[in-house]
Amino acid sequence: MDLANFLIQLLNGLQYGLLLFMLAAGLTLIFGIMGVVNLAHGSFYMIGAYMAWSMSALFGNLFVAIVVGALLSVALGWALEWVLFRHFYHRDHLDQVLLTFGLIYIFEEARSLLWGDDVHAVQMPASLDWAIPLTDNLSYPVYRLVMAGICVLLALGLYLLISKTRLGMKFRAGAFNHDMTEALGINIRLIHGIVFALGVGLASVAGMIAAPISSVYPNMGSTVLIMCFVVVVIGGIGSVRGALVASLLVGLVDTFGKVLLPQVAGMLVYMLMAAVLLYKPEGLFKH
Amino acid sequence: MSASSKAPLERLPGAVRAGLLLGALALAAFPFIPMEGRDFYLQMLTQMMILAMFAMSLDLLQGVTGLVSLGHAAYFGLAGYALAFLTPSGEPISLWWSLPVAALGAALAALVIGFFVVRTQGIYFIMVTMAFAQMVFFLFFDNKALGGSDGIYVNFKPDAAIGGWAGIDLENKATFFYLTLAILIGMFLFLRRLLFSPFGRALAGIRANEHRMRAVGYGTYGYKLTVFTLAGGLAGVAGYLWAAQTGYVNPELMGFHMSAHAIMMVILGGMGNFAGAIVGAFAFEYTLHLFKDITKHWQLLMGSFIVLVVVFAPRGLLGLLVRDKEAAK
Repeated sequence: MDLANFLIQLLNGLQYGLLLFMLAAGLTLIFGIMGVVNLAHGSFYMIGAYMAWSMSALFGNLFVAIVVGALLSVALGWALEWVLFRHFYHRDHLDQVLLTFGLIYIFEEARSLLWGDDVHAVQMPASLDWAIPLTDNLSYPVYRLVMAGICVLLALGLYLLISKTRLGMKFRAGAFNHDMTEALGINIRLIHGIVFALGVGLASVAGMIAAPISSVYPNMGSTVLIMCFVVVVIGGIGSVRGALVASLLVGLVDTFGKVLLPQVAGMLVYMLMAAVLLYKPEGLFKH
Repeated sequence: MSASSKAPLERLPGAVRAGLLLGALALAAFPFIPMEGRDFYLQMLTQMMILAMFAMSLDLLQGVTGLVSLGHAAYFGLAGYALAFLTPSGEPISLWWSLPVAALGAALAALVIGFFVVRTQGIYFIMVTMAFAQMVFFLFFDNKALGGSDGIYVNFKPDAAIGGWAGIDLENKATFFYLTLAILIGMFLFLRRLLFSPFGRALAGIRANEHRMRAVGYGTYGYKLTVFTLAGGLAGVAGYLWAAQTGYVNPELMGFHMSAHAIMMVILGGMGNFAGAIVGAFAFEYTLHLFKDITKHWQLLMGSFIVLVVVFAPRGLLGLLVRDKEAAK
């Protein structure tokens, strides 16, 4: 593998990792703060991708679609927390697993009724539809770089939000000791709503920005959900920093695995997970 | 995990026992009822009984030990594939050694995967069992040599001859039905026995309070690994029968939906007593068939059904029965 090829794969791996982080961060926060296992998290990714497809056609501009879609998803997340999830914080993980499994069916059917069962391609914005030449015959698409850039910005924003703001302090307090936080007069229900809406928003934005390069298809959430589980297990449940490190690790292992060891590529990530579990059963960064 | 706080219904009330006995008798009598499309219903009931075995094997983990596995279908599917690969292209294979081999294979896979997953707890356990099952799923899905995404056919139903005697003919749907019924009853009695054995009591102790069990000197890791392996083997028996009955295996058998459906069956019936798993499996499959008949948008109904059961009847159908009894006291 020469340098240019290596560079391309490195960028692909990082960019895939960053995309996974957008989902895994929400998943791990929702678990860490609310104690809820959310199997339907992948569905928000799918819903995001379908929204990008239908609304970019509607508005004629992907970025407008992303902004509107993000707002809609945050509203959806807020409503779901309000109607359903808040009744499940003190229930078994088992009940949560089933509830969110049931939601997967409902979201799939809703998608089928709203948008049909076809596979769609989403047009890249013309301004980003070009590539940076690396060598005579290798080049790197600008859209992928922009996409990685958006993920980095959002990750940075999330970091600042959690570690530097008052709201973030309440997030951390809620994750550390739920009852004590409430006793101190912090409206923990409101915090839950915000965290859940934020998680859904991030997952959906990930689906929207990934839509032009991955195409849009039914059930697209399930593969990415399982990858996110692996990420969260490796990183340590509840740890956003762990999710970031693990996402990049998983992204790189998966991407380089497909190039260097294509026979076992599908299993490499799981082997990585098994190795981490042997060494640290609670993940790299236990919360 | 707060699963421990819900003490499952271990001793079955007389009404439930009587119901099970009646159900078994009704099933035994079913092939004699003259009716239109008997073969179709025989096949459907056979599948329900196989799924009931699968649900019972999961209940051993989920209801008895308190280990929620979201990847139990892997062992079900692996045993099915074992039958498919063991069956030669020109002739059937003997039931008497292929069934144990397939079940042991599934148990071995559960032992290896269990070595990793049993170290984890609660929510980690759920995520890790699911991730390993997906690993197995993709191993078969991605490899053409293992059948790929299309799966493979089981060319012949297993042959049940012993020595010179021709044995029972499994091509006959009623015979297969009775074989499945016999194995289902045998597995149920075995598991009920196990539940009240010292081993079963230790498992219930792990569900109730694992720390305390360790403090009084139980090596809980060994117990959990043993039960994980046993549950994998029993799921393998069900998976083998499924492959033999349908004559076809594909990766979906070990998929995420299959695992989640098994959890749903156990919850729907009521956990921790195996009778609930049987009731749940029949009720769930019936509901699924019903919804699929009503509309092509059955997923919406199924999803809503699952959500409603979780919200309103988290202790399952048998749990509803007991709650009424407790209220009457």
